[in-house]
Order: sequence, then structure tokens, then C-alpha cells
Amino acid sequence: MFKVLNLIKKVKHLVFVFFISACIENAPMDSLSPEGPYARTIDDLFWLTFWIAVVIFIIVQGVLIIAVIFFRDKEGMPEPKQIQGNHKLELLWTIIPVLILGAIAFPTVRTIFDLAKEPEGALNVEIVGHQWWFEINYPEYGITTANILVIPEGTPVRLEMWSEDVMHNFWVPKLNGKRYLVPGQKTYLNLFADNSGEYWAQCGEYCGLSHSKMRARVISLSSSDFEKWIENEQKNAIKPLEGSLAAKGEEIYLNAGCTQCHVINGIWDIQGDRIAPNLTHVASRHVLGGASFNNNKEDLTAWLANPAAIKPGTFMPNLELTEEEIDALIEYLGSLK
Amino acid sequence: MIEQKRDRGYLTIFKRPSSETGIWSWITTVDHKKIGIMYGYAAFLFLLLGGLEALFLRIQLSQPDNNFLSAAEYNAMFTMHGTTMVFLAIMPISAAFFNYLLPLQIGARDVAFPRLNALSYWIWVFGGLFLYSTFIFGTAGAPQGGYLAEEIGWLGRAPNGGWFGYQPNAAFQYSPGTAMDYWAIGLQILGISSLVSAFNFITTILNMRAKGMRLMRMPVFTWMTFAVAFLLAFSLPIIAIALFFVTFDRQFGTTFFLVEGGGDPVLWQHLFWLFGHPEVYILILPAFGIVSEVLPTFSRKPLFGYAAIVFAGFGIAFIGFGVWAHHMFASSISTVAQAGFGISTMIIAVPTGVKIFNWLGTIWGGKLNLKTPMLFALGFIAMFVIGGLSGVTHSIVPADTQQTDTYYIVAHFHYVLFGGAMFGIFSGLYYWFPKLWGKMYNERLGQLHFWFMLIGFNLTFGPMHWLGLQGQIRRTWVYAEETNLGFWNLISTIGAFIIAVSILIFMVNWSYSKRKGAKAPMDPWDARTLEWTIPSPTPTWNFSTPPEVHNLDDFWHKKYDEDNEGRAVRKEGADKYIEDLESDGLNPKSTIELPNPSYFPFVLSSGLPFLGYAIIYKSLAFMGIGLTLMLVGGFGWAIEPLEEHEAGEEEE
Repeated sequence: MFKVLNLIKKVKHLVFVFFISACIENAPMDSLSPEGPYARTIDDLFWLTFWIAVVIFIIVQGVLIIAVIFFRDKEGMPEPKQIQGNHKLELLWTIIPVLILGAIAFPTVRTIFDLAKEPEGALNVEIVGHQWWFEINYPEYGITTANILVIPEGTPVRLEMWSEDVMHNFWVPKLNGKRYLVPGQKTYLNLFADNSGEYWAQCGEYCGLSHSKMRARVISLSSSDFEKWIENEQKNAIKPLEGSLAAKGEEIYLNAGCTQCHVINGIWDIQGDRIAPNLTHVASRHVLGGASFNNNKEDLTAWLANPAAIKPGTFMPNLELTEEEIDALIEYLGSLK
Repeated sequence: MIEQKRDRGYLTIFKRPSSETGIWSWITTVDHKKIGIMYGYAAFLFLLLGGLEALFLRIQLSQPDNNFLSAAEYNAMFTMHGTTMVFLAIMPISAAFFNYLLPLQIGARDVAFPRLNALSYWIWVFGGLFLYSTFIFGTAGAPQGGYLAEEIGWLGRAPNGGWFGYQPNAAFQYSPGTAMDYWAIGLQILGISSLVSAFNFITTILNMRAKGMRLMRMPVFTWMTFAVAFLLAFSLPIIAIALFFVTFDRQFGTTFFLVEGGGDPVLWQHLFWLFGHPEVYILILPAFGIVSEVLPTFSRKPLFGYAAIVFAGFGIAFIGFGVWAHHMFASSISTVAQAGFGISTMIIAVPTGVKIFNWLGTIWGGKLNLKTPMLFALGFIAMFVIGGLSGVTHSIVPADTQQTDTYYIVAHFHYVLFGGAMFGIFSGLYYWFPKLWGKMYNERLGQLHFWFMLIGFNLTFGPMHWLGLQGQIRRTWVYAEETNLGFWNLISTIGAFIIAVSILIFMVNWSYSKRKGAKAPMDPWDARTLEWTIPSPTPTWNFSTPPEVHNLDDFWHKKYDEDNEGRAVRKEGADKYIEDLESDGLNPKSTIELPNPSYFPFVLSSGLPFLGYAIIYKSLAFMGIGLTLMLVGGFGWAIEPLEEHEAGEEEE
């Protein structure tokens, strides 16, 4: 008995080594390295099923390989016995899978309901899908931002989600599974991050041309940092010093057409028909454009010069800005901390 | 000898076609074997196109942030790859097997409705051509109000909403241009073809079996054909209605799936998967049937648990209608629905497992002849098990919310549909090659094909498991370098090219052996079913004498007895029996009347694409052409006598 257990241990070790060696290190979208209780529950359930699958895999492939080795046609091999079947075996390999699946079904069903429960004392956040970015609203605080969801660590977060155009899907692999953003319906997803940190997110449902560039980030902060962040986000934008380059940038923002879609609280508060990310604190976001590029001068210049070249199909037009205008605009956007 | 009755030109203004060779003999044929061969070749051409599209996708993904394809082109390629492989490659290759083999396996001269059979083939051809004409005529663009930096190239003019066409992304506002109309109407036409053949096969199986062939004496391949025909008959009407809704939404301003007009985009998901999941079994059950023929023959043992395999097949087909929402676990369905569909998905694993264990039982204790068909059948079991097990992990709903829409799913269904269906299909192509051409394929090239394909396949799709679990989403045109997914994507791309090489080896083997292969005997594999009791290649009239069946695996029992240990012993007269069968098969004693060829299935089907163009371009002229062709075809068909009479017996 001990020998068998030892063998199982060895095989388990081998499979594990193979799987781990195949696994990618430092994958920011890794669903197998959970960083919160929701993702961890799912992960546990996955590994339970995985090991059961490994056992079945080894049995089936083992039988197959042994059969091929032993029963391969060789010189002088007699004709095989003509066996039509075996009722006992038939029953056995019907009942055993039923029992195994039954054993998996119980934790599965329980987890389904557990994950869907509305957590107590949760922070409520709205996620609204747009082609191809996520609008993020904190109704309790009156904050609107985009693509970077900031949450407090060690606190449950309840997301209320919908889409303004096509189907989208919000997925933070390290914090929970996916959930669709459906036009005309509301869906819900809970997040919980153990520690402070930055987590990658992505739209999981094909949503048209720039689906692959509809990404997002979740940043969890300590509660004091989170409060500071809230406080800052609630402020209106500050007018730049007159005569500065940033003031010229503000001029361009107000006159080149940006205001048709983008709001900057305190500077231009009228939301146009097509909603685009709120830019009040754009400088505090380190990724832009559906988290598809970095908030630095180089990337932002390329974006402002020709948005559709970065995100095909985007609703942001090429405003034919000159280099000086782009420089001024970047200076201004950089001041919106 | 055979005599094909000629048209005497009476009773109808249309002359019966009379060519027996050349292109017209193929266009007008109603012979199930010729139709089967045409299905096979045409589907293989589409398979190559779909494969080419897959290679484009793999090149694009071979490294992060690649720009080999533009976003529009990439989206069009994955849409066409999926649509092509499902509707224009695997389904029709299965149809090729059904057509060629079904009448032979049940001892019939043809299917129940030969002209209807030709009709379903030609509708499929015209549907496929219509769909692919999108590359010439189609247009696509950014969503209304969106901008593009460059014009969309011709590759991007194909449908781009995914083979699953999720709403409202596939609606006119978000997918302007005509490409998605080509998709919706193209699938509609292809669906008609499958419906027609489904009823034809059901009728054939129920009415045209040889004397003594009770249902429980039918070969398993015939059984699986039967199950597939029912699946088609019940699932296609659902997608037909859904596609009409899409076409109405896009063309005539209805709002079945648009929230703005009170519609529901999730309804599309339900309708699509209510068809789409049975569709998965439509794709895989024929392969189940093929390996259930190959394994016993090459193990020299009867199929283990014949009844269990048959009932498991029907169990799968039946439960297959009750699991559709497992494609939507992350969608807006309720928790109760999630639990219910999770459990029903677990249940479907049981009959699937029964099949696998019975196949293992078949080879266990056999005398395995590891020829190419057997290698592919064994490869099928090994690969399909992996796909089946990853399938079980999807039924764990919470885990599935991590896996859905990632490459883990892509890996899963390629293990099922490539490692499963395609390996089964290749097994069948090699197995029945001698019956088809009267020649043997080249065994060495066949085995080379198998090993290249097995290695290439696992290199391509194996890594996708962990690519998906580690965060690579599906339908992603680019992925960021920081995701660290580049290495395994590159390996996967290399694997795809190895698969391409294996397909080339197959093509060389096929075309060379067909002409120059060694002459095949009537029964090269010492097989068990009726198609091996007739000469190779199959004579036009199939069976000279209608066969009579007394057992399951009747042919085997004519050749073999069992000794007291239960081992097979070849009967003394077996060789003589085969000789007699062959000479009888080549020299029918009386004139055999075969169904006459007809122009009308071709004419009728050729009208459908014009109706499609008429809807897309709102053109009365096209509508006129299409309707005229269909009316001429229909009426000509109706007044064409089924059988022509001899010159002497004209009066009735």
C-alpha cells in the first residue's frame, strides 16, 4: 500500500513539474495565481477537477498504450477471442463516472451560489462598457473615471455592469471569473483583493474591431491611500496658469472638438451625445485608450496624431492637430492630476 | 450488364441528360457514390481554404503586437475560419461519408430520394460559393461613427462578426457593409441543404435496409448517421429562424435583437447555441461511427458493447439539446440556470465515457493491425479523451467563468473537433480508400501523415491550454508583450505549419495512390460490413444481388466460425465465398434499373444565391433570375418521370 502511495506521489510530482514548467512566469493575466478569495475558490475547484482529470487521463491513455504494446499483431499470435461485451464492466464504467461527477457537482453548485451572493459592506462601483473602453462610476462618491478601477484592499467590491453598445465582458483573472456587460440588462460581479497591487483586466467577449485593445487595470490601495485617491478624484480640474503651454493646451481642448465627447469637471461639464472617458484626472492614470497604451509623451503623441492607427474603428477622430498643438495638449493633459 | 435507360423525349419538354462521362455526368448525376465523391473533394477544397485562414491567424499571433494582419483582416479571418471548418469542411466531409457509405452499409442501390440527394449537394455548393463571394463583393467597415486609419483590404471584406455572430455586434450599426449579410444568408442556404439530406437519410435508413437487417444489426456508422440526421432535423430550424431574424434586423429594420427597439441580444445567444451545441455532436458523431467500424476490423474482434455504443450515441444526441447554455455561463443567465446547465453538461460526459471505455474494450485482447486507419482511430481516442476531460472542467461553472472566451476553450474544441472529428475522418478516408478507387494507398506515406499530424496537432493546440488559463483571450488580434505569452504562441504557430505539411503528405498520397496504387482486393482488411462484399471500386449498381443479412457483422460471420475457446477460425469455404461474391458483383444476372440523371437539382439550387443577392442589394432583377431558375427547376423536376421507359412500352 505504501509503495502505491509513493508511486502516486511520484506521478503527481512529475505531472506537476511538467505543468509548472510549461506555465508562463509573470503572466499578469494568469487565472492560476489568484490574489483574492473569489479567484481562490475558483482556483481550488479547478485544481480538484484537474487532478481527477489527470487520473482518468492516465488510466485511459495507459490502457490504450498497454493494449497497443501487448496486443499488437505479432508472428504466431492466435486469433483473438470474440468477446461481444460485458454487462458488469458496462455498468461499472457508467456508475463510477456518475459518482465522480456527483462528487464534483456538489462543490460546484455551492460555489456558484456563494460567488453570486452580494457581499456585506461592499463598495459599489458601476462598470459601463463602451466600444472599446470601460467607464467606471463610483455612485457613492460621485466619481467618474475610465479603464482603471481603483479599489480598497481587503474590502469586497460589488460591480454593477451594463453595456452602452455591444456585448462586452469584464475579466480580472487574478480576482474573479468573467461576467458579460449586456446592453439593456444589468449583471453583477464581486471582486476582493487581499493586498494592494495592480491587476490586469481585459474585455473577454469579442466586441468588434479593437476588442483585443479593450483592456483595463484594477489597482487596490490601502484604505488610507484609497481615501486620498477618492478625495483627489472628487476635486474639479484646476485652470492652468495663464500664458503657460498648458493654457494653450486647454484652449485646444475647448476649441478643437474634444468637448463634444470628453468632459473635464470644472472646465467643461456638458456631456455630448457620444460618451468618452472623463479627463478630469487623466494624468493620474498611467494607461490610456482602454489601457492599450501608456500615459507617456511618445504614446500620447501617436494617439493624438492618429487615434485610429492605434485603435482601429475608434470613435475619436483624427483632428489633424499640428505638432505644436499636440505638445500643448499633452502638457495640459499632464497637468490634470 | 447494366443498362442506363435513355431519354425518349416524351411526356416532358425537357430532355433527360444522358452523359455518362465528362462534366455533365457529374452535374446531372443522382448516384450517391458520385455525389459522395463530389462532396468529399469540394469539402476538402474548403478545408484547405479554412486551413489557410488558420495559418494567417497563427502567423499574426506568432509574436506579441504583430501587424501581419490588420484588425479588420484578422477578425474576418477567424470568422471565416470557424464558419468554413464547421459548415463547409467537417459537415460536408461527413456528408461525403454518409452519401457514399450509407446505402452500401445497409445493402441498398441508392438513397431513398436520389434527386433530392443531388439537390442537397448542389444547394451546399451554391451556398458555399455564395458565402465565399463575399471576398469579391462584400464590404465591411468600422461601426457607425467610428474611424479607420487605412482602407480595409480584400481579406477584410469577409464577414467579421465571428462564426457565432453575437448580437448586437453583428447588427448593422456595429457591423456595417454587406459582409455579415453574406454570412447570415449563406448559412441559411447551407442549412437548407443539410435539412434536405437529413430527411433523405432518415427515410433511407428506415425503408431501404437489406432483408434481415434489423435496426440492431445495422453497422454503428449507419447508426451514427441516423442520429446525426435527427440532430440536423431538429436543430437547423432553430438557427434558420434566428438567421431570418438577423437578416430582417439588418435589412428591413426590425429589432429582434436590438435593445433600442425592445429586442434582446441574449435571445440570439440562446437560439444560436440551442442549434450550436447539437451542431457539435453533428460534427463529432460521424467520427464516432467511423472509429467504431475501424477498431473492430483492425482488432479482429467484434465491437465491445455494440448496444451500449449505439444507445450512448443517441443519449449524447438527446442530452445534446439540453446543455446549450454552458456556452453562456459568463452571460446574464441566472445562478439556477448556471447550476442546471452545469449538471446537464456533467451528465453528457457519462455516455461519452461509455463510448471511450467500450472502444478500449474493443482493442483489449485483440490482434491489432496498426495500419494507417487504425493509427488514426487510436489517435482519435487519445486526443478525444483530452478534449473530453477539458470539457468536464467547463461544466464546473465557476472555473468556466475563468476559462470561457480564452484559448483554453480554443484548445478544448480543437481537441474535440480536430483531434476527434478530423482524426476520425482521416481514419475513414484511409479505411475506405480501397473501396473508393480499387487501389491501395501508400502505407508508408499514410503513417508519415499520421505522425506529422499527431505531433503538429499537439504542438499547435496543447500550449493553448495554458495560454488560455494564463490569460490569452480568444479572437484577439494582438496581445501585449507584458503578458509573456509570446513563446508558446510561437510554438503553436510552428505546430500549425507541421499540420500543413502533414496535409500535403496526405494529398500526395491520395492523388498518387488513386492512379498508381497497388490493385486493391475486394476485402483488403478482412472486414465485417456489407460494403466489403462488393467489388472494389464499387460498381455503379452497388449490389448485383440484393444482400440478405442474418447477423450483426454478417460478412464476418460468413467468413469466420468460433472454436470452443471463442477464438475466430476462418471457415474453409471463406476464400471461395469471397471469389463468388466478387464475380457475382461484377456480373449482374439481370438488367438493373438505376435512377436516371437529372438537370433539375442543379438548376433549382442555382437560383438560391440570386435570391440572396436580391435581398442584399434589394434588386428585383436578381429576384427574377433566382425565382425563374427555381421555378424552372421545380416544375421540370415535378413533371420529369422518375423512371424512363423502354422505347417499346411507351403507352401506359
